[in-house]
Order: sequence, then structure tokens, then C-alpha cells
Amino acid sequence: MGFFERLKTGLSRARKALFEGLSQILKGSKISDEILEELEERLLMADVGYPTTEYIIEQLKQSKTNDALETLKEIMIDLLSFDSKLNSPDQPPFVITVVGVNGTGKTTTVAKLAAYFQSTGKTVVLGAADTFRAAAIEQLREWGERTGSTVIYHSEGADSAAVAFDAVSHAKAREKDVVIIDTAGRLHTKKNLMEELKKVHRVIGKVVPGAPHEVLLVIDATTGQNGLVQAKVFKEMVDVTGIVITKLDGTAKGGISLAIKKELNLPIKFIGIGEGAEDLKPFDAKEFVEALID
Amino acid sequence: MFENLQERLSKIFRSLTGQGRLTEKNINEAVRQVKLSLLEADVNFKVVKEFIDSVKAKALGEEVLKSFTPDQQFVKIVRDELINIMGKSAATLNLRHHPSVIMLVGLQGSGKTTTAAKLANYLRKSGRTVLLVAADTYRPAAIDQLEKLGKSIQIPVLTGDRKNPLIIVQQALEYSKNSQYNTLIFDTAGRLHIDEEMMEELQQIKQLSNPDEILMVVDAMIGQDAVNSALEFDKRLNVTGFIVTKMDGDARGGVILSITHITGKPVKFIGVGEKIDAFEQFHPDRVAARILGMGDVLSLIEKA
Ligand SMILES: Nc1nc2c(ncn2[C@@H]2O[C@H](COP(=O)(O)OP(=O)(O)OP(=O)(O)O)[C@@H](O)[C@H]2O)c(=O)[nH]1
Ligand SMILES: Nc1nc2c(ncn2[C@@H]2O[C@H](COP(=O)(O)OP(=O)(O)OP(=O)(O)O)[C@@H](O)[C@H]2O)c(=O)[nH]1
Ligand SMILES: [Mg+2]
Ligand SMILES: [Mg+2]
Repeated sequence: MGFFERLKTGLSRARKALFEGLSQILKGSKISDEILEELEERLLMADVGYPTTEYIIEQLKQSKTNDALETLKEIMIDLLSFDSKLNSPDQPPFVITVVGVNGTGKTTTVAKLAAYFQSTGKTVVLGAADTFRAAAIEQLREWGERTGSTVIYHSEGADSAAVAFDAVSHAKAREKDVVIIDTAGRLHTKKNLMEELKKVHRVIGKVVPGAPHEVLLVIDATTGQNGLVQAKVFKEMVDVTGIVITKLDGTAKGGISLAIKKELNLPIKFIGIGEGAEDLKPFDAKEFVEALID
Repeated sequence: MFENLQERLSKIFRSLTGQGRLTEKNINEAVRQVKLSLLEADVNFKVVKEFIDSVKAKALGEEVLKSFTPDQQFVKIVRDELINIMGKSAATLNLRHHPSVIMLVGLQGSGKTTTAAKLANYLRKSGRTVLLVAADTYRPAAIDQLEKLGKSIQIPVLTGDRKNPLIIVQQALEYSKNSQYNTLIFDTAGRLHIDEEMMEELQQIKQLSNPDEILMVVDAMIGQDAVNSALEFDKRLNVTGFIVTKMDGDARGGVILSITHITGKPVKFIGVGEKIDAFEQFHPDRVAARILGMGDVLSLIEKA
């Protein structure tokens, strides 16, 4: 067997082991060096990152538990727990902006949120504030049609703050319940694009004081350690209120969100589990942790 | 957040100046630092382990050259090994047929559609006549997106029946047979590697069109799971290489080491922005420096 073949079989074995589940190894057992090592590996392979992995392991060691699995889950659930209520205002409209780096699933998440609010009987307006990417407006309009939401849009290349202004003004005048603003993908390293996003928020706040009420940062579950940097910069620049993790229907675990919660105290509010409008779920720490370590 | 590897290593090696050899004892802590550095860069855990073992074997017993300090020498060994893995095969496109088909595949949102336009623009510069083919009929407005991109660079986009990717591909092949176009670039829908039906569709497109290049488009920000998707796409399609996008951000790009190490297939281009011309040839030496979180130090070593 050549080098690559060996590595390939090695990896598929590793994958099998992952499917067998950590539960088998840990259930009802005391902590040993072997178990800690196995655990470290699992957490690192789920993109939890080294510092947070070490933190979790340290906690587990200190617990002196007789059931490593249960204690591990408790530690992780504890780490992820937060008050799960959305910051909806007393008076409508409830304004949400959806932000993040390129291609993470923002526009699709906007559509999913629209479907989610509509299913609870709310009226929804969408703002096509991504005026940059080719056919981003057409994409959101298509989603508007599919979900039965009003879409406010300008032409490609227009000022995104002006679109946001119109969308929020429209909702206010027509007494709609929820406004969701789709923004262009941008890397957190691009200063001018981050400034543009700040401007979108300022303009929204002029129409509805205190808005946006929720600023949701969309993180792709496949994202590695860069996710923490993304969250840090977006939080600093535009006061992110929560995370949406998309693409959890794949094999990636989205473990970077543990680091994001621990380091920045940003909660996960929703998860995306598919490409359809119905593929959104409110975040459940217990479920998430079980999927992550199994 | 990320401490430069060289700084870390010089701290460790400071105590050993004057020692002429890298030994098991004096490199253990250095090896650990390399390991942490690679994990921070999102190199897959298994790949890190393999890599570290091979670096250690290479370093052991090596004579420290007069012009180097031990940490410089160690970094050089690590760097050379990274380049060795990432730059193994020549990263040129191999376009033989008429028309020559290039298929772009990958996970959702990795940058396929944008890259299709970038690649078309790039190939036209080298004198090829390119037709873009819109074979993503799933994502809302995916066809519009490619049409707009094509229009912005005046490269035609074939949209066929707009419904069935296999029919669209068939139409493109028919159309190009006796045409001026010698290159077809297929933009396909994003899909998960575990989606049986969608992966089969790609295999059918491949069978139908006999592509010269099947390039998997991979996001530079991807973490540990990259090896799973890359292995599966490669297993199904026998990809000819990778294009890594979004390298204009601050992701360290450890994925490049992971996927080249695991598939043995080269990275052929990188995407460095949203604009059509933000597209470059891949340079393993630059990426090696980036993965290690160090730029200038390596050029110093180069000169030494
Ligand atoms: N499998 C899966 N795919 C998803 C999910 N969410 C979004 N996608 C897909 O990911 C791709 C990108 O989604 P978009 O919503 O366009 O992403 P975006 O962040 O708006 O992209 P930009 O506006 O270009 O930055 C599309 O192919 C979506 O169908 C999810 O939860 N699971
Ligand atoms: N910063 C940056 N953004 C990029 C690069 N390549 C693509 N993008 C952006 O990434 C996002 C997704 O790109 P697409 O080309 O739509 O990705 P895709 O793989 O076709 O997506 P699906 O068809 O939904 O699977 C868009 O916002 C692009 O502008 C790059 O090299 N750098
Ligand atoms: Mg979008
Ligand atoms: Mg596409």
C-alpha cells in the first residue's frame, strides 16, 4: 500500500470510530488518561479548538466524576446555555439583520426566518440589502415568493443602507411585525465593508429607535478556527446578538461555536439543517452537544 | 491571537544555543509548538500527527548548519516538508480535448459560480474560447448569477432548458461540437458529500462529458471536516485538483495541507477576492509561510 492509500484507510477507520460514538467509550467510566486523550481528539476534530478543548478537559478532570460521559455533557451544555428569548421589542416592527462572511448561508437563513415567523402568524418584510453580489436580489425575491413575504429591493449596485431604510420604513408604515434584512457577504478583514454595515445599522436605528433588535451572525458549520475571529470582529463592529450555525446537515459539527460562546459570550440562537425554508430550528444545547460528541 | 511560530520556537531553543545537533530531547517541545500551530491553522488532526512524525524523523540527528540557529534550522525543516507535500505535482491545467470540459464541484457556498467566471476570464487571456454552462438548477437564481457574471466579462453563458443539469450538459456538448468554443466550464450546484443522489448526478455529468479537469472548489476558512468532503468528492469523481477560495481573508489555510496530503491532488489556483480578476496561481511557498503564521522570517531563512 502506498502512503496515501494507507492514510485513506486510516481516515476511514477514524470515521468509523466516530460513528461508533463516544458514548460507548465513556459511558459510566471514570476518567483515565486514555479517555482524556480520546476526548481531546474528538473535540479538536469537531473544530472546538485547542484552548476551549483544554478548558473542557480541565473541568472534567476537576470533577472527579464516576460517569465521564454525563459530566462531559453537563460541562458542555453549561458552557452553551443562555436565555433563549429573542430580543423582540414591545412595539413592532421587530428588526433583524443577518450578517456574515461570504457564502455561509445568510440569504437562505433570511428565508428560513421568514417562514419561521410566518408560521407563528406574523407578517414579514424582507430587505434586499445585498446589492453587490450578482443576482443576490433575484435570489431573495425568489425566496420572498416562495415564503409569501414582501421583498423591498433596489437595483444592483444601489446603496445598501437606502434599501434597509426603505424596508424598515415600509414595515413601520404598514404595521408589519417583522423585518429581516439580508446583507452582502463580507470578510471581517475588509474595513470599508464593515463600515458599510455599520451605516446600515445606523440608518435602521433612525427609523426605529433601538433597532436592529437582533443582529444574527451566520457561521457555516464547516468553519474552522477562523470562525472565532469572524465572531470577534463582527461583534466589535456591529454588536452581534447571536449566532446561526448553518449546514449542520453535513458531517461538520460546528464546534467552533463553543469557543465563540466561551470567549465572546455570543449565544447560538438557531441552526440550519438543509437548503429548504423549513430547515431551521431554534438552538437546543442538549441536542447540539449530543450530536457533537457522538 | 496567533503567536508567530518562530517566536515560540526561539524561546524554546534559546536555552540550547551552542548545541550542535537536533536531538530527541531538545526538539520535543519544539515539535509540540509546531503541532499547536498547525491545529490553529485548521490542519486536520490526523494529518498533523502524520506530519509531525515525519518532521521529527527528518530533524533528528541533523547537523545544525553554521549559518543557522537551531530554531531557524527547525523551521526550515518544517517549511520544506510543507512545501514538499503541497507542491508535489505540477499545478497546470491539462486541456486536451475539443471541446475541453472543466467541471467545478464542491460544497454549498464554497465559491463555484464566482470561480467559474474567474476561470473563464483567466483562460480567455491565454487565447482559449470559453463557454460557461449553467448546470445548477437548484439554488434560487443560480442561473441568473452566472448569466450576470458572464455578461460582465462578455463571455457567453449557456442555460439550456434551465431545469435538468444532465440535459443542459448534453445541450452544451451538442452546441459546442462544431462551434468556435474550445473550452466548456460547468458550474454545478453546491452539494453535501453525503448526499447520495446529488453525488450520483455529478458522476453522471462526468460520464456524459468526459471532462479534462474536475476541480473541487474549497473555502479557505473550512476546518477539520474538509478531509471528509475532499475524500468523498475525490473517491466519486477522481478530481484533478482543487481551487481554494477566500484566501483574501485571514484564515491560515491549513486546509490546503490537509487536502493535498490526503488526496495527493494539487491545488491549482486560489481565489483572493469577490472580483473576477481576484484569481491567482497557487504558490506553495507562500502558503507554507501563512500556515505557520509567519511571513518575513522565511525570507530571512531563504537568504541565509
Ligand atoms: N446543506 C445546507 N446548505 C445550506 C444551508 N444553508 C444554506 N445552504 C446553501 O449554502 C449556499 C449559500 O447560501 P446563501 O444563503 O446564498 O449564502 P449567503 O451567505 O447569502 O452567500 P453570499 O450572499 O454570497 O455571501 C446555497 O447553496 C444554500 O442552498 C444549510 O443549512 N444546509
Ligand atoms: N472574499 C472572497 N469571496 C469570494 C471568493 N470567491 C467567492 N466569493 C464569494 O463567496 C460567496 C459564494 O460564492 P458563489 O460563487 O456563489 O458560491 P457557490 O459555490 O457557487 O455557491 P452555491 O452555488 O450556492 O453552492 C459569494 O459572496 C462570492 O462573492 C474569494 O476568493 N474571496
Ligand atoms: Mg446572500
Ligand atoms: Mg453556485
